[in-house]
Amino acid sequence: MRRIGAVYGALAFLVLSCAFANNAFAVFVEDRLSDPVLEERAREISEGIRCLVCQNQSIMDSNADLAKDLRSIVRERVAAGDSDDDVRNYLVSRYGDWVLLSPPFRMKTALLWISPLLLFGVGAVFMWRFMRSRSDKISSANELQPLTPEEISELEGVMKNTAEKADK
Amino acid sequence: MKLKFLAPVLTFLVIAAVMFYALFHLDPTEIPSELIDHKTPEFSLSAVPGYGESLSSADLKAGKITLLNVFASWCVACLAEHPVLMELKRQGKIEIYGLNYKDKPDAAAKWLSKHGNPYTRTGMDLKGRVGIDFGVYGVPETFIMGPDGTILDKIIGPIMEKDLKNKILPRIQENLG
Repeated sequence: MRRIGAVYGALAFLVLSCAFANNAFAVFVEDRLSDPVLEERAREISEGIRCLVCQNQSIMDSNADLAKDLRSIVRERVAAGDSDDDVRNYLVSRYGDWVLLSPPFRMKTALLWISPLLLFGVGAVFMWRFMRSRSDKISSANELQPLTPEEISELEGVMKNTAEKADK
Repeated sequence: MKLKFLAPVLTFLVIAAVMFYALFHLDPTEIPSELIDHKTPEFSLSAVPGYGESLSSADLKAGKITLLNVFASWCVACLAEHPVLMELKRQGKIEIYGLNYKDKPDAAAKWLSKHGNPYTRTGMDLKGRVGIDFGVYGVPETFIMGPDGTILDKIIGPIMEKDLKNKILPRIQENLG
């Protein structure tokens, strides 16, 4: 019984997730460009444009009024024959780099882009030093040292003892 | 180095301090305007019926500092700053132009008759295109325009006491002096 329940559960999950996946492709109903190639381009650009009202959504995902207006502007520009960069520059000149969901590489954003590399470098240096200090300890522990005189006399004592016991 | 154990604690404290500062002193909804120090975008709009003359970019280059206030009758926050605009008009030191953003002409006229009209000129931006040219992403927004039509500064959201004191009044002073 339990196994059947699990199978049904898995099925329900599959069906539901398919339903939601389909949902993700739903696009707001509005004037689309008649040329599917241009429409595709307009959507691709819109996916990368931040909705300034809802901030972490693209204008493609948002139904805020401003997002709607920006979408129609993107479509208009694409239809007028602007290149992808032209459309983006048009919006950047009004709303700044912030309107792009992925920040462009500039002097101002250099630190943002380089910081993962920097952090990786710092981490690597620490890791290297840590590993070396550990291997130093291990190798020094492994090195053979001659016995000290005390150890020699102790060892001889033990040997003598066991020999005497064995004799008895 | 006996203090080595403090390193994680210190790291945490630094991160906490940065976050604490950001929580109370930085506003993520405030996007610095790209258009500051740029010329006004070109536009020409007809006035809200019965309220002043029409508004075009030429009016913003008329050789004096002006305020361009983006407002709408559907905008609640606009009501909050309305008394400030009325007071500025009463003092008469600066001309205020109203950009009526994505509104209905009747509704805008009604709103102005109900709450008072601080604007010497109004322009109806029915489709919101001029607003987008100005980088407007919410109402109200107020632009301080230089004598030659340069955007000197921008106030996002209702004009507060501190905006008046730090941004608008010094500009007026500067212009008179």
